[in-house]
Amino acid sequence: MPNDFLHDFSVDAARGLAGPDWLTNRRSAAAEEFASAPLPTPAAEEWRYSAIADFDLAAYRPVVTDQPPVTGSDASATLSVEASALFDCDVSEAAAVIDINDGRIVALQGAAELAEQGVHVGALADSPNGAELLGSVAALSADYFTLFNDAFMSSPILVNVPAGVSVDGVIAIRHHHGSANTAGFPRLIVRIGENSSAKVLDVQRCASEALIVPVVELDIAAGGRLGYVNLQTHDSKAWQVATHTARVEREAAVTAASLALGGGYARTRTDTRLVGRGASGDLLSAYFGSGDQILDFRTYQDHAAADTTSNLLFKGAVGESARSVYTGLIRVRPEARGTNAVQTNRNMKLSEDAWAESVPNLEIENNEVRCAHASAVGPVDADQVFYLESRGVPTAVAERLIVAGFFDEVLEAFPVASAADSARSAIALKLNQMLASAT
Amino acid sequence: MSTLTIEGLHASVAGREILSGVNLEVAAGEVHAVMGPNGSGKSTLAHVIAGRSGYENLSGSVRLDGRELLRMPAWQRAEAGLFLAMQYPTEVPGVSLLDMLTESVRTPEDTAVGELMAGEAERIGFDEQFLQRPVNVDLSGGERKRNEALQLGVLKPAFAVMDELDSGLDVDALRIVAGRIEEATEHEGLGVLAITHYSRIFAHLRPDAVHVFAGGRIQESGGAELADELEAEGYERWTAALTADPDDAVPQAFTDPFGDPFADQLA
Repeated sequence: MPNDFLHDFSVDAARGLAGPDWLTNRRSAAAEEFASAPLPTPAAEEWRYSAIADFDLAAYRPVVTDQPPVTGSDASATLSVEASALFDCDVSEAAAVIDINDGRIVALQGAAELAEQGVHVGALADSPNGAELLGSVAALSADYFTLFNDAFMSSPILVNVPAGVSVDGVIAIRHHHGSANTAGFPRLIVRIGENSSAKVLDVQRCASEALIVPVVELDIAAGGRLGYVNLQTHDSKAWQVATHTARVEREAAVTAASLALGGGYARTRTDTRLVGRGASGDLLSAYFGSGDQILDFRTYQDHAAADTTSNLLFKGAVGESARSVYTGLIRVRPEARGTNAVQTNRNMKLSEDAWAESVPNLEIENNEVRCAHASAVGPVDADQVFYLESRGVPTAVAERLIVAGFFDEVLEAFPVASAADSARSAIALKLNQMLASAT
Repeated sequence: MSTLTIEGLHASVAGREILSGVNLEVAAGEVHAVMGPNGSGKSTLAHVIAGRSGYENLSGSVRLDGRELLRMPAWQRAEAGLFLAMQYPTEVPGVSLLDMLTESVRTPEDTAVGELMAGEAERIGFDEQFLQRPVNVDLSGGERKRNEALQLGVLKPAFAVMDELDSGLDVDALRIVAGRIEEATEHEGLGVLAITHYSRIFAHLRPDAVHVFAGGRIQESGGAELADELEAEGYERWTAALTADPDDAVPQAFTDPFGDPFADQLA
C-alpha cells in the first residue's frame, strides 16, 4: 500500500515546494519513489539496535509557509528572539552566516564579500551549478531517509569554493526548527574545488517534538582541504535521522567533526569515501546522552584508492537511562593498497541503567594495509575519581571534570576552535543539568 | 596544634584482614616514618586513612583533631586537612591541574590558584608548562612526585600521608621535594606520615619517629636510629618473628590491589 494514504508527505506536497523547475522536478521524482519505498526494519543490519521500529511517519506533517525564502547575494531578515537565542554558538568571527528557520532562509550575511572571490554561499537554487552538484555525493549513501530529504528539502544550501581559493574564516550555517509535529529536511552541499580550502560550521537545533532528516554532502576535489563541524543540540523529544557523506579526491583531506547532544532518537550515518590516491579523512565525534535518549552512529570508512588514510575517533557518554549505539565499518577495496585506517570508539557509562553498544568491523580486500580498531565501554575511572577526591574535589564535581575531560581529546581536534569552545560549554551545561537532577 | 590519631585500626580487602590493630599518633610539625617490607600492608594503611573505596574498615578510628575521618568521603577528609601523596599518581586525561585545584574545597573561590601554582612550581623546579596540561598525563615518575609536592604546597594540608615519596625521584629531585616538605613541617606545622621501605628519604626529611610495620600493625617504634638499623639489617627480625608464631592469623604478605604493580620484581 503506498505510504501516501497514511501520511501527509505526498507527491503533491513535494511538488508544492518553491524553487526553480529543475529542483521541483527532482523533488517530485524523489517523492514518487519515496511513496513506494519500504520503511527500513530493525532486521536489516544497518538498523540493528536502532529505534526505527518506533518511527511513526504519520506523527509529522510538512512545514507550511506562505513566506518566500530570503534570496539574493546578501539579504537579512530578523529571527524571532526565541530562535536566535538558540543559535548560541559564537559566529562573530565567521566569514559568512546563513540562518534557516523552519526550512526557510531568514538571514544571510557575508555572502557578497565571498562572492567576490567566486565563492557561493547561499541557496543552492541560486547557483548555476546547483542542479549538477545536488545529490552527487549523497547518491553514494542513498537510502529511505536520503530519498525523503530529496523529496522534501525546502531550502538546500550550497557552499561552493572554486579551484585555488582559500576562504579565511568560518562559513556558518545555522538550522533552527521550531514547529512541533513537523518534519524538517536540512540539506547542505559543500564543494571544495581543486587546491582550495574552507571551514564550515553546521549548527542544528530542533526545539520541539519534530522530525529532522538532514543530509550533508561534502565534496572535496584534488588537493582540497575541508574542516567541517556539526553541532547538534536538539530538544530531547526530537527525532533525527541524518546522513553525512564525504567524497575525497586525490591528495585531498577532510576533517569532519560532530557534537551530538540532543534528540530522543538521534541517528547519524557518516560515510567517508576516499576515492583518490592519497586522500585522507579525520572523523571525530563527541556524544553525550541523558534521560532516555538514544544516540545512534553508523560510520563507514571506505578506502577506494591507494595510499588513503582515515582516522576515526568517536567518544561518547551515556547517563541515566540513555543508550548509545556505535557501529563502524572500515572497508579496504582491492585497489586500496597502502591504506592506513584507524577506528576508535570509547564510551563512558555514567549509570547502571545507561547502555552503550560498540561494534567495530573490518572488511579488508588488500594485504598491504595497516588497519586498527579499538572499542571500549566502561564506567568513570574509579582511580581518577579518587585522585581528585583526595585533593578535596567533591565526588560529583570530580566526575563532572573527568567526563568533560574525556571528550577533550576529540574537541581539541575540532577544525573550528570556537566550535570546540561551544561544544565544551554545551557538554558542561548538560552535565550540570544531569547532576542537578540527580540530587 | 593539630593531631592525627589512629587507634585500633582494623581493615580488610575482599574479606582478608590487612590492617590488624594500628595505633599511631602524629602531632603537627612531626615526621613519622612507617617502614615495612613489601606486602606488609603499609600502602593499605595510606589508602584506608585517605578513604579510597574497596577497603572495609572493621574497627578502630582515625581522627584529625578529634574529628572521625573514617566516616567521611575522601574529599571531606581532604577538606578536614588530610593530603595523600600517592606512590603512583593517577593520570587524569582532559582535566588540567589548574581546574582540579580550583575545584578543590581547600582553595576558596577568591584564591588565586594559578599564582599559587606558579609560585610552588618555581620553588620545586616543576616545569611551568605542566601547569596547563592534564593532570599527570605524559609526566615521568619524578615529575609526578614533584607535582604531588606542588599540590601539597597549594592545598596546605594539616597532615600529609606520603606513600613511597622517594620512588621515581632521582637524587636531586628527592632533595628538592623532600626539602619542600621538611620546610612545610617546620614553617607551616605540617604533620607527615611517610610510608617507605627505603631510608634514603630521611637524609632530607628527618623523622621524629620511626615505626616498623609488619603483619598489618606497628611492631616496634623508635627514633631515627631505627631507620638506620633497618637499612643495615632489613626486616627479617620482625617478619621472622611473625612466621614463628603459628597462631598468628595475619597473612604474611599481601598485594595491595592499588599498590606497586612492580613490587614483586623489586622484592
